Parts: sequence; C-alpha cells; structure tokens
Amino acid sequence: MPSRTSSWFSSPAEAVTRLGDVGYLADDSTALTSYLAGALEKPVLIEGPAGVGKTELAKAITRATGAELVRLQCYEGLDEARALYEWNYKKQLLRIQAAGDGQAWEETHDDIFSEEFLLTRPLLTAIRRDEPTVLLIDEVDKTDVEVEGLLLEVLSDFQVTIPELGTMTSTRRPLVVLTSNATRELSEALKRRCLYLHLDYPDADRERDIVLSQVPGLDDNVARQLVAVVGRLRELELKKAPSIAESVDWARTLIALEITDLSDKAVADTLGVVLKHSSDVDRAVRELRLKR
Amino acid sequence: MTLLDRHIEFLEALRGAGLPVSLAEGLDAVTALGLIGWNDRTQVKEAYAATLVKRANQRATFDGLFELYFPRMVGSGVDAEAEAAGVAKDSPEALDEFSSRLAEALEADDTELLRQLAAEAVARFGAMPGRGPGLSSWSSYTALRRLSTDELTARLIEGLQQGGWTEEEAARAGNRRVGRFAGLVEADARRRIAEEKGPEQIAKIAVRPTIEKLDFLHARRADLEALRREIYPLARRLATRLTQEHHARRRGAVDLRRTLRSSMSTGGVPVDLRYRPKRPHRTELVILCDVSGSVSNFATFTLMLVFALREQFGKVRAFTFVDEIHEVTDYFRPGADLVDTMTELTKATEHSARMGRTNYGRAFSLFQERHADALGPKSSLLVLGDARSNYSDLAVDSLRGMADAARHSYWLNPEVRTQWDTGDSEATRYGSIIEMRECRNLTQLSEFVHDLA
Repeated sequence: MPSRTSSWFSSPAEAVTRLGDVGYLADDSTALTSYLAGALEKPVLIEGPAGVGKTELAKAITRATGAELVRLQCYEGLDEARALYEWNYKKQLLRIQAAGDGQAWEETHDDIFSEEFLLTRPLLTAIRRDEPTVLLIDEVDKTDVEVEGLLLEVLSDFQVTIPELGTMTSTRRPLVVLTSNATRELSEALKRRCLYLHLDYPDADRERDIVLSQVPGLDDNVARQLVAVVGRLRELELKKAPSIAESVDWARTLIALEITDLSDKAVADTLGVVLKHSSDVDRAVRELRLKR
Repeated sequence: MTLLDRHIEFLEALRGAGLPVSLAEGLDAVTALGLIGWNDRTQVKEAYAATLVKRANQRATFDGLFELYFPRMVGSGVDAEAEAAGVAKDSPEALDEFSSRLAEALEADDTELLRQLAAEAVARFGAMPGRGPGLSSWSSYTALRRLSTDELTARLIEGLQQGGWTEEEAARAGNRRVGRFAGLVEADARRRIAEEKGPEQIAKIAVRPTIEKLDFLHARRADLEALRREIYPLARRLATRLTQEHHARRRGAVDLRRTLRSSMSTGGVPVDLRYRPKRPHRTELVILCDVSGSVSNFATFTLMLVFALREQFGKVRAFTFVDEIHEVTDYFRPGADLVDTMTELTKATEHSARMGRTNYGRAFSLFQERHADALGPKSSLLVLGDARSNYSDLAVDSLRGMADAARHSYWLNPEVRTQWDTGDSEATRYGSIIEMRECRNLTQLSEFVHDLA
C-alpha cells in the first residue's frame, strides 16, 4: 500500500489516543477498525444494540480527524432522490416559463440540466467534497433492499453517474460509517464490501470511565455502584437491557437529584430512567430485592 | 508451513464452518495484516474479525477456530520452575492448592488469570498418557471432574453472597463464571489436541452450530436459555420485516384527488402519482400444541414467538394437550415477562395431561367437542407436535373436520424428516389431511411464522 498523507489515523494506538482526546473511549477492536477504515479506504459497518455509541463513534472520528460529517439518516421509503441527487423541478419549470418563446429547445434543454438546477443529497455531497469527510449512513437496516443496491455502486467506486451531466468521481474518498441495529439482515454483497465492527456493552471498568467522562461532577464511588447495578441488570433476562446511553442518563439523573449514595431505595426510585418496559422494572425490583 | 498456508487453511476452515468468506474478503484480511503486522496477537485477531466476520452470531465460531489455527501458546501451561522445584504435577495437595487459587480467580472474575489457570488445569489434571494412537491424549472432561465444578460453583456462590449479592443473582453469576471457565478448559484441551494432530482434524468436530441452527430437540439446558433470549429480538426483527413488506404492498389504485392536489406544486403537471392505501388483513390463529416430553420445548418456543408478534395477527387462541385439551390463551398478557410466562406455561402442562401418554386422537376429538367455535372461515389452524400418538385411535375425522372449518391449516413437526413414520409416528396419515412441515430450528421457525403473518 503506497504511503499517503491522509488525515486519518496512522496506527491503532494513535486512534485510541485521538478518539480519547475528543471524549470517545475506544476499545481495541473499535480503534483497530477505525484505523483500518482509513488505511484500507473501506466502509465500516457497525452493528450492536441501541445506545452503545454506534453513531457517536462516527461523530468522534469526525472530531478527532478534523473532518466534516455528512449524514444520511435512513428510513423506510428512502429513495434515490433523497439519498443521491434530485433535479429541482420547480426551478426548472420557472426557467422554462421565464425563457418565453425566443429560445430554442436545444438551448433550454442544456440550460435546465446544469449544476444550477441540481439538488445534491448526502451521498453526492460526500463524494464531491474535496476536504476530509466522514459519511455517516445511519440505521441502514431501516431502508428497503433497493437502496442497498444504490449504496453498493456508490461505496465500491465512489462515483455517481448523472445521465445529463456525466460521471462524478470523488477526488478524496470519504470515510464511510454505516450503522445498523440488525432489525433486518443486510445483503451479503453489501457486507462483503465493508469492514465489520460489533459494538457490545462494555466491561465494568470501561463503562465507569465512559460515565465519568460524560458526566463531570459524578462521584467516583457512585459511578462504581451505578455501573455494578447496570451490570447486574444486564445479567437478568430483560426485554431491553440498559445500554451505555441509559447509564449516562442515569448518572445525570443522580446528579440532578443530588443523590450521593446509590442505596436500594435510590435505585428503586430512579429505575425508570434505565428500564423502559414495566415488566422489566417489575422483574428488576423482584430480582434485586428492592423495596418500592 | 508458511504463514500464507496457515492463512489459507484458516479461511478454508471458516468456510467449512459456514461463514461465507469470499476471495475479496480474504484479500482484505491480508492487506489489513500487512498494515498492522504480526506483532500483537489480539490485533491480528481483531483484524481478521473485522474483515472476515460479518455477523455477530458467527463471532463465537470464529473465535474457536482462531484459537485452533493461531494458538495463544504452544506446549504446556505449567511453570517450568514450579515443576523443577519438585511440586508434583498431580497430587491431592496440588489439587487443593490449585482449587483455592482458582476459587480466588473466579471470585475476582479475572479473565486473563482464569485463562492461565485453565491451561494449567488441563496440563496437570487433564492428561491421559498412554492412550492408543488416534485417541486424544488430553481431556477437558477429566480435568473438570478432578476439579469438581459443582463444589467450585457452590463455593463461589457463597462467596458472592457474602459480597452483598442476592441469592438468585449470585447463583446465576456463579454458574455463568464456572461455565465460562469450563469453556476455557475445553478450549485449551482442543488447542493441545490440535497441536498434536493438526487443526483440520479438530476444526470439523469441535465447532457447534449457531443458536439459529440448533435443533430444538437436542437443545441442552444452557441452550434453552440462549434460545429464550433470542425470542424477543427475533420477534422484533420479524415484525419490522413484516411491516416493511406490508407497506411495500399497500399501494392500491391511483387516488385522483390527491394526485391533482399534489400536481399544483409542479404547475399542474402530475409528476407524482398518489395511491390509495390497501386495506390490511390480519390472520386469526388457532394453535394446538403437543406439550408432552421433549416436544414441549418446541411448542413453548413457537407459542412465545407467536405471542411476541401478537400485533401482526388478528386474534390468537392457544391450546395445549397431552391427552386432555387445555386453553392457555390467558397466560399471555401483552407486555408480560417472558420468563414468567414460560414458567406458568410449564406449570399449566398438568392440566393437559390425564393419563400422561400423548394421545392425538383424543385431543382432536375433545377439541371438536368443546372448542369447535374457535375455528371459522377467517382463522388459520396450526398444530405443533411430532405426531407420535402411542398407537392410539387417530380420530382422523375430527382433524379433517377441523381442517375443513379453518381457512388454512399447517402442522409443524420438530423431527427430522427421515424419522417421520418410524415407530409410532403417524406423520404421513396426518400429513395427508394437513400439510406437514419440518421445523427443527429457529431459522425454519421464523421463516414459517413470517409466511404465516
């Protein structure tokens, strides 16, 4: 691989430090995958339960490398016009009406299919940028299968063909991060083109560090207790196990309520912040022997 | 053997274990390894994982194979010094001393130390010298039996309870930690055998199928828990998929009024066509489950999955039977806890049994007698069971009556197709009335439930 002066990470260790500097505590596999994504110029597919920091990783990479973030939020019914580009019909109609009868059709035709009437959507925007760019394709499992086909073309060659304007190729490949909650199995073809990273709940020490870095002013002792309780909750069979986002929310709640010791009563009172199903709360109260 | 050979063998083994590793992905792995080098084993492993493993549930298989092809260490795990100092490799004192060190490590939950201890355990207590050629000379089973895992678990649970854990939690965590240690011991024994015989030999037999492909009838107790954990995410995935597909099909005829209205923004040119939504239709389900013996696991899983997907169906009624029929619809409350429901269901099994011998014919006749009104032109009938009726009267007419009353009817059989019609199985005779399908694992089950909704 030829050496290039790129702004992405130059080694896994550097990735840990630089991500740490911007407030994202990466573990080994996360750091390695972030490094490889830049070095191999391959998209990264991140899967994992909700709230473990998938989207946050993309944002952290953006901050750490001084790039700009272009975000494509996927949803059911997302189509080419929303993801890639669209012609500005209304403006084109206005242009035709304003031209009057004097202009020949050929001229008008060339005129209305020019840059001026092109609406670039996230994918095309990311490809056309000259500065370092992180392209975040969020919740890619929410889209229809057809959009995956579109992504395949864009992600393998980083080029888009617009019939009226010709092919646009990226001068500087963006770093692409796709996130998925695995509600749907993505196609093999798409997975094959990506590096894969499965983010899971962190171990107790790392989680405590994350909570402490996200919630300044939290007592170290409370953080330890909180992480222990969350760990115990994850061992129960719950419908939705608490993730890092919930731990952080909980820590913020404790600060707001000025609770300095996480007693059983305090846990029982604030359990609603962590658990989002009533049957989960019942179960936790029973298993942790909390009094309500 | 060169590094490249080892790499290619490793890819072959992954493919053999069912991971779809393509040529391009193999090349990616090589490029990635060229960048990070071979100095750090964890990084090599993560680089392989990032480029080759594209599904979270394949990670366990990958980890197992990686340990075989790129072992953590070669040779024995026992300290050379300790051996030289005259500590006997295997003696009652050594066992005592080792057990107490292990107990400490388990209580502290120190993964790295546990891994070392696992290697030591196999080296000291798992050796089976002097066995004939072709037989393994290491046994995790022997090692674990010498260490008496039950005692260890009990000690650990006690220790955890003193540390402020509640009894149930301590029991669960204790079992899990000892289970994990047993896994490490097994892995180390495999590593040693692989070292002696070459990894290809053991790669073929040592890799267990993923939870989706696991046979319901062969599930162990730990597997059942894992399966149960799978139900809720599976239901969520299925529900998303179903909603998406319903939405894709919901486009009906062109809605002229809305099309004209939207054309106003494009100067009267109807650029976007608008469509009327289609009326959704929902299947009503009547489920009859055989809950005798080994089939009961399968029946409960199917019930849980169907009820977790309740919104996708119009109305669901469930009955269980052995030789009596008992309605269990009320046990499923919306939003109720899975574990509780499952426990209640198991308790309710006794209502379904009178003599305790499965009798399909009697169950069908009783159903026709008492609950015939449950089936109507809108409902689908679903029978779950292995069609083994202890040579009793089959009541074919009752079943035919039920099938006629329902709109569709299906029979799911958890047995391998090759075992149908063996012994007291009446698969063909029942199968001629109701279409019978083989349904042995979660993948087959979720495919069926998806088609049903």
